[in-house]
Amino acid sequence: MDKILKRLAVTSVAAAAAGGAMAAAGGAERVFDPAPGWDYLWKEVLIDISVIGILFALMTAYLIWRYRRTPDNVVGSGPRLSPAAAVGWVVIPTFVFMADDFFIAANGWALWNKYRDVPADRLEIQLESGMYSWDYTYPNGVQTQNELIVPAGKPILLRMTSRDTLHSHFIPDFRVKEDSMPGRVTYIWFLPKEAGKEHLVTCAEYCGVMHSYMAGRVVVKTPEEFKAWYETSGASAKKSS
Amino acid sequence: MNLKEWIFTTDHKRVGVLYLIGSIAAFIVAGIMALLMRAELSTVGPTITSNPTTYNVWLYAHGAVMILGFQIPALTGFFANYCIPLMIGAKDVAFPRVNALSVWLFYVGIILALLTFFIPDPPDIMWTGYPPYSTITTGNTALYTFTVLILGFASIIGGVNFLTTITYMRAPGLTWNKLNIFVWCTLGAFVLQLIFVPVLGTAVTLISMDKYLGTHFFDPTRGGDVLTYQNLFWFYSHPAVYVIFLPFFGVLFEIVATFAKNQVFNYKAVVYAGIGGIVLLAGEVWVHHLYVSGMVDWIRVGQMVTTLLISVPVGLMLIGLVGTLYKGSITFETPMLYALGVLFLFLIGGLTGIPLAVASLTLHLSDTYYVVGHFHYVMAVAGTFSIFAGVYYWFPKVTGRMYNEFWGKVGFWITFVGTNIVFWTMMDIGVKGMPRRYYDYAHFSQFEGAHQLMTIGAVILGVGFAIALINWIVGAAKGQPAGDNPWGSMSLEWTTVSPPPHGNWPTPPSVSEEWTPYAYGKR
Repeated sequence: MDKILKRLAVTSVAAAAAGGAMAAAGGAERVFDPAPGWDYLWKEVLIDISVIGILFALMTAYLIWRYRRTPDNVVGSGPRLSPAAAVGWVVIPTFVFMADDFFIAANGWALWNKYRDVPADRLEIQLESGMYSWDYTYPNGVQTQNELIVPAGKPILLRMTSRDTLHSHFIPDFRVKEDSMPGRVTYIWFLPKEAGKEHLVTCAEYCGVMHSYMAGRVVVKTPEEFKAWYETSGASAKKSS
Repeated sequence: MNLKEWIFTTDHKRVGVLYLIGSIAAFIVAGIMALLMRAELSTVGPTITSNPTTYNVWLYAHGAVMILGFQIPALTGFFANYCIPLMIGAKDVAFPRVNALSVWLFYVGIILALLTFFIPDPPDIMWTGYPPYSTITTGNTALYTFTVLILGFASIIGGVNFLTTITYMRAPGLTWNKLNIFVWCTLGAFVLQLIFVPVLGTAVTLISMDKYLGTHFFDPTRGGDVLTYQNLFWFYSHPAVYVIFLPFFGVLFEIVATFAKNQVFNYKAVVYAGIGGIVLLAGEVWVHHLYVSGMVDWIRVGQMVTTLLISVPVGLMLIGLVGTLYKGSITFETPMLYALGVLFLFLIGGLTGIPLAVASLTLHLSDTYYVVGHFHYVMAVAGTFSIFAGVYYWFPKVTGRMYNEFWGKVGFWITFVGTNIVFWTMMDIGVKGMPRRYYDYAHFSQFEGAHQLMTIGAVILGVGFAIALINWIVGAAKGQPAGDNPWGSMSLEWTTVSPPPHGNWPTPPSVSEEWTPYAYGKR
């Protein structure tokens, strides 16, 4: 993974240095995108728990029906387990459960690492959240509120903090969120793909009275459009400061 | 009936009944809060109140009162008080006056919690009370702190009392391996309470000190850390889930064994691997509540593994419970219907918890309706159904009378249908992104239909619970005399008269070599 990241970084180092201009589209596509990875793992776990659930429910329903009281069956005759059987009924299910647990944990861990390893070729944006807005600051000093304008195909890294209470920057379409809080810096990253699309940003950590109204959007532009917007607003940001 | 006799009682059964009355009152209030929230959410935008704070106070009250005022006191207050001395053949608990103190404290706690609806600035900090919001809100954080402290203190002295009682007051011949599963479960729950409640007490005390006394435990500008609170809070509040889970599973074991007329399947595995495993693992999984809170990565993935491993002891207990049906002779009176209903609700709730144990999946699922749906299935509704099952089950023992079987079953089916409408829908829209704790879902207006369906489901649920409550009141007042042992149970509490007199038995019972509370088929 590191090697791929480094190669990506090299091929696009010039663009990255410019701070907003695009990596070669081909290079960016090779970045692992966590959002489809999430959908895949979710489906896998859903199948896993559905199979267990349906089997267990059917077995329970069968037992309830099979051992209902009838004139020939007036008192229970459950088995008295031998010591070996009793231990077996602990050890075997334990290993079955643990096998499934470790299978899920391993997959979950692998995806976790992908969520936390930020591609080197990225656009890094500072986010300060506050009651009740998302304030973004780009590397060239451009500031936006509740509107995160990003180029398609470029990994976006948000370094987040908060000026008052807890907030959580949740982008349902990119399957990612993390809390922001005063005194610590947290991060998330995501990969916008389709130019022209808008994605809802919403607050997922109870932050105060107007919590449910704290929202914004991610606006995805083509690399060219983004560059034009970034440079003009960058120039005016410099002038005003 | 003499009111003074009840208030100053030291009889464990009366203390238990006082706990039950208080916790049912809390349940009704918190249930009304739920209905108000569902009414508010039935349309996008303001519906029955235009003030988000009003909604947030309902939300706070629903969570805090349901957990601290209803479930924990009903399970570790009513059931433990009423049943444990009877199940172990004791005349009373070890410290009857301390027991009376604990129920008084519980009532003070309930009254404090209900003051929420009468003071000008009620707490609006959710039942979790996370700073910095809880230290800067105009809401009354101190009320939250003192409610938690007083209920916590009631539960600590209850814990000391019951550990002593179970250890020293068992009837002659009643060895550890003959204890009812419910007694073991409660023992586990009280061990957890004694270890972890002080941590919660510390956490909520510190937020009030920060807010009112000018300390800076959670203020990063003065060297504090906001995450410390979340760690302290969940270090108690995750084990608190097992404080609810263990006794309610214990109640299920009593009911299933009695109505299947069968011995518990693999008793020692349930006790030592199941209950023991949960007590051991309970304190090592709290970080799964903080997967998206900004903790360091190594502890997040580490506790993902421990969290998934909880499935082992829980699974063993479930095998014990379902195994008890095997070769049983099952009848379907109301308590058994509720208990079997819990088996299915708990299965859904438990399995939907597995994705929430996986740190990477919670990056999307955390703080959505999926979480709300999950924990209502696994803890809130499964716990409440078990409490209802238990109250129906011991109803003839407590009152000496029988409830109405027909209305009991009607109530069960209505509640069961309502539950699934509400909480299945909740999980569904949660996966699609609906965040929790929203007064208004203007940005998620595509879910309006689902919200309306849930509101209808909540009304159905409320009707079902109301039928059960009315059934109890009518049954207690003018039900048919039930006899001493209407269910034909082997357990000791059914060997005395209904309702049992002060002192429980004229001559203290002793048990024979072959007797166990589940020795059916050997009579």
